[in-house]
Amino acid sequence: MFTSVDDVSARLAETGYLASPAVATTVFLADRLGKPLLVEGPAGVGKTELAKAVAEVAEARLVRLQCYEGVDESRALYEWNHAKQLLRISAGRDETWDETRTDIFSEEFLLTRPLLTAIRGDDPKVLLIDETDKADVEVEGLLLEVLSDFQVTVPELGTISATRRPFVVLTSNASRELSEALRRRCLFLHIGFPDEELERRIVRLKVPGLDEALTRSVVRVVGALRAMDLRKLPSVAETIDWARTLLALGAGTLDETVVRDTLGVLLKHQDDVLKAAAKLDLDAL
Amino acid sequence: MTTPAGAGVTERLTSFVAALRAHGVRIGTGETVDAAQAVEALGLADRELLREGLAATLLHGPGQRTVFDPVFDLYFPRGVGGPEQRTAGREDLRHRLADALTADDRAMLARLAVEAVDGFGGYGSSPGSDGWSSYQTLERLRPQTLFARVRDNVRGQGGSSGFTDRLLEDEIRRRIDAFRALVAAEARRRVAERRGRDEIARRAVAPTADRLDFLFAGKAQLAELRRTVSPLARKLATRLAARRRRASRGSIDLRRTLRGSLSTGGVPMRPVLRRRRPVRPELVLLCDVSGSVSGFSDFTMLLVQALHDQFSKVRVFAFVNRIDEVTQLLEHGTADPEGLGARIEAEATLTGYHGSSDYGMALGEFAERYGDAVGPRTTVFVLGDARTNMNDPNLPAVRQIAGQARRVYWLNPEQRSRWGTGDSAAPDYAELVEMHECRTARQLSALVARLLPV
Repeated sequence: MFTSVDDVSARLAETGYLASPAVATTVFLADRLGKPLLVEGPAGVGKTELAKAVAEVAEARLVRLQCYEGVDESRALYEWNHAKQLLRISAGRDETWDETRTDIFSEEFLLTRPLLTAIRGDDPKVLLIDETDKADVEVEGLLLEVLSDFQVTVPELGTISATRRPFVVLTSNASRELSEALRRRCLFLHIGFPDEELERRIVRLKVPGLDEALTRSVVRVVGALRAMDLRKLPSVAETIDWARTLLALGAGTLDETVVRDTLGVLLKHQDDVLKAAAKLDLDAL
Repeated sequence: MTTPAGAGVTERLTSFVAALRAHGVRIGTGETVDAAQAVEALGLADRELLREGLAATLLHGPGQRTVFDPVFDLYFPRGVGGPEQRTAGREDLRHRLADALTADDRAMLARLAVEAVDGFGGYGSSPGSDGWSSYQTLERLRPQTLFARVRDNVRGQGGSSGFTDRLLEDEIRRRIDAFRALVAAEARRRVAERRGRDEIARRAVAPTADRLDFLFAGKAQLAELRRTVSPLARKLATRLAARRRRASRGSIDLRRTLRGSLSTGGVPMRPVLRRRRPVRPELVLLCDVSGSVSGFSDFTMLLVQALHDQFSKVRVFAFVNRIDEVTQLLEHGTADPEGLGARIEAEATLTGYHGSSDYGMALGEFAERYGDAVGPRTTVFVLGDARTNMNDPNLPAVRQIAGQARRVYWLNPEQRSRWGTGDSAAPDYAELVEMHECRTARQLSALVARLLPV
């Protein structure tokens, strides 16, 4: 899919995703080695966006499995369409049982869920397994077969193997430790907060209306906030929100009043707001 | 397996993996093969690409990165030997360093670090014959004294004005710290050239935060540890929840059983049990907060506080030689974990006539004043090194607490072989209650996951 790491950066940038060298290298390797990519990092640094961008670059269909507590086989893998099977049985009254049986367990009655969808068919696909850490431990076991061999076993149909391997991205917020077995099968990528220069480019790309000097100041303030010991550090998504807010307010430069009034866009806890205001020498809120 | 550069690279890679393993990073053969493939795909031309490629294939968690980077610098060094040109002199170097700090030029800073170690770091009969020292380099160069100059330079160039000017000083401090880290890495590399890479990788690279001994952790390392509290607490909470789920037995949940029976044509083959409403246990923590073990106690208190919604009641007591309840302080303490120790010291009565710890007195006072805090549903954790300063260990008090409580565990941050030496009463206490060695955050999390009641 990609010829070099620079190629990855360039093509991701075309879709509006500016990748750090670490991200580009790992995506390149995931493609080259054919391994799933496990992406961890704080909320709002673009983990899910990465999968979308890769799908766009590869002109592939994005198949998404959103994990949550209680997601199970029938939501992740496949399910038989019982209602339709019942209809089929009652419609074919005069048939022998053998005929009916082979018929109702055919593909027509199979409801494919994301994991099965991703490995069937010949068109290129990107499989995004979002917030893997929210799923129960049992689901991880389910993923192991899919991710290491790219095959799914349906007892009535046999084993379905992928003719074309999807590009797999798993994301996690590390709210639960994923099992070692799952980690072993994946390339690991930790997306942290970007460095100043990259973040400036991101802000410029997403909020083109903001002038150069203000962009620089915005990124510096966010950098200073990240160096503080806060409960929830502002992420790239918050930086962009803040830049948009400033643009909407028509603020030409940063000053105390503007920062104080808009700090809530960046920080989501009252403790943090107070602490940051004190450290930045803002007047009491 | 073949790589473009042949056997040398393979050997370098495997010894690199061995060094990481020695630091507790679990890497299987499969990952090593992946790493070799990554080297093949990326080539050796670009060092930073190689670094990211190896990190992606070999590591499994963000915490391992702090070990990975220094070890990588040793095995895949930026250069070999000294810089091409010797440095002209201290003032010249400081001048160029100030310029690089002003411009925040990372590449230049890295080059200057190389020059600095070469010029000022060597010690021994002829400079550099015995080794290289980052401490000596930084002592002679004193980059922190450039602070004012850099600040004025930046302001002079108009690089900072208006609101963001107030951020400048911290930013410059961070740049100087980054330079110090570069010097340390460079000195390590030069030493490794002389003494052998494997040995330096094993000895000179600091362990990851969770494998750090509580009793020997410095201030910065404790701060780093504190940052791991909330992720660790989340991890433990899910583990506890899983244990609770497995432990549940109950009556049949009709609605979910019928829903499940649809897949078997309405015949309920698999009964689903109603989840039992969890009875949340109570927890009492007795923490020695005297100087020697305060790092350990602080960390554990914060961890337990972060886990508080797993329990119906958590009460925390701190002691040195008198005991006082600090539960309230801790609740407010989550916003400012650094100040926790100081606040406990200021607001709670922990010492009587003298300032050294006395387990016997503190435990006796607890049994007397707060005896009603311990009931049949309470699990008690005692945190401390059991060093009584030759005072009476007051075993009857411990026996009384153990009799009232559901379980009593003692977590001792000292290594097991030192229990009972000197003034340690650990063996006496260990006969009455279960005592566990708990020297690192890793051990602590394993113990907490196993011992906490569900």
